Amino acid sequence: MKVTSKLWIGLLALALLSPLGLILPARFGAGSAWGEWSGEEIRKLVGYLPSGMSRLAGLWKAPLPDYSFRSQGSASIGSLSISYIISAAVGVGIVILIAILLGKALAGRGNSDAS
Amino acid sequence: MHIPDGYLGPQTYGAAYLAVAPFWALASRRLNKTLRSRQVPLVALGAAFSFVIMMFNVPIPGGTTGHAVGAVLVAVLLGPWAACIAVSVALIVQALLFGDGGITCIGANCLNMAVIMPFVGYGVYRLVSARSDATSRRRWIGAALGGYVGLNAAALTTAVMFGIQPVLAHDAAGHALYAPYPLKIAVPAMALEHLLVFGIVEAVLTGLVVAYLQRTDVSLLYRAVSETKQRSAAL
Repeated sequence: MKVTSKLWIGLLALALLSPLGLILPARFGAGSAWGEWSGEEIRKLVGYLPSGMSRLAGLWKAPLPDYSFRSQGSASIGSLSISYIISAAVGVGIVILIAILLGKALAGRGNSDAS
Repeated sequence: MHIPDGYLGPQTYGAAYLAVAPFWALASRRLNKTLRSRQVPLVALGAAFSFVIMMFNVPIPGGTTGHAVGAVLVAVLLGPWAACIAVSVALIVQALLFGDGGITCIGANCLNMAVIMPFVGYGVYRLVSARSDATSRRRWIGAALGGYVGLNAAALTTAVMFGIQPVLAHDAAGHALYAPYPLKIAVPAMALEHLLVFGIVEAVLTGLVVAYLQRTDVSLLYRAVSETKQRSAAL
């Protein structure tokens, strides 16, 4: 098998294993990344919610916030893991699509493969 | 390291958009000249890899989480300009679709993870592996060191962006309007966790993949996009 095929398989494996990125932090009691706290966490940390932050924070409603479905407020880690994998698959698919379209557009002009 | 909306004031996120724009333009021009059609799937693979590896949150027990980015690995395989485009695509999709990183901060996040990280990391890789054979040990060591330094450089610039916010904007009561921690807290906090934990993860990941490619298909490794064209042209 070509090594690039193996790399694509590796990518698929990473997408399937992605819930580890959810399960391990939960298992070891690790919270948000530094500087990526929710408004509530900020209030606990510094005692107030910065006014500019409260104004800007709700600016964008992502369709799959934090790689989960909107309806999954306090779902179990099991169901969150499923939506994490779905998010990984959707994200990987869209990233590949955009990168290919962009790459084709860039490579298309005057870079033939004839060599 | 994905700065959310509300953590940076307009001066900072505006300036970051202005700063990253020329890199996007230059990267497009560069790839326009050097990228070959058959390399496009590799760029897509690199972008997708970076996207998914950032989902692997690594915990510091009882503390924070962080993750590898993969930008230096992509830079070693495809060159820093292709890495800039690939990682930017991943970051933009993360922001728009998954709310990972704010939309006001796409410029800032791309500047840190899609410009500073791949270019600094690639520079370290070239420095360490200079003129060594493609199968040389210096290649994977250079890649690992590049990953380590690149991620830490990105963490530092991210921390500086956070840390200047309380000085740039605060109200009469002295409360910050955006990210509340000053440089003297933000920089050590971000630096320490990346120096001690997440940088190591990035280094191991980058070094392992490069070492694997050295054993299996070294042709994937020894020329970045920008050099491939020149090489093929010379043949």
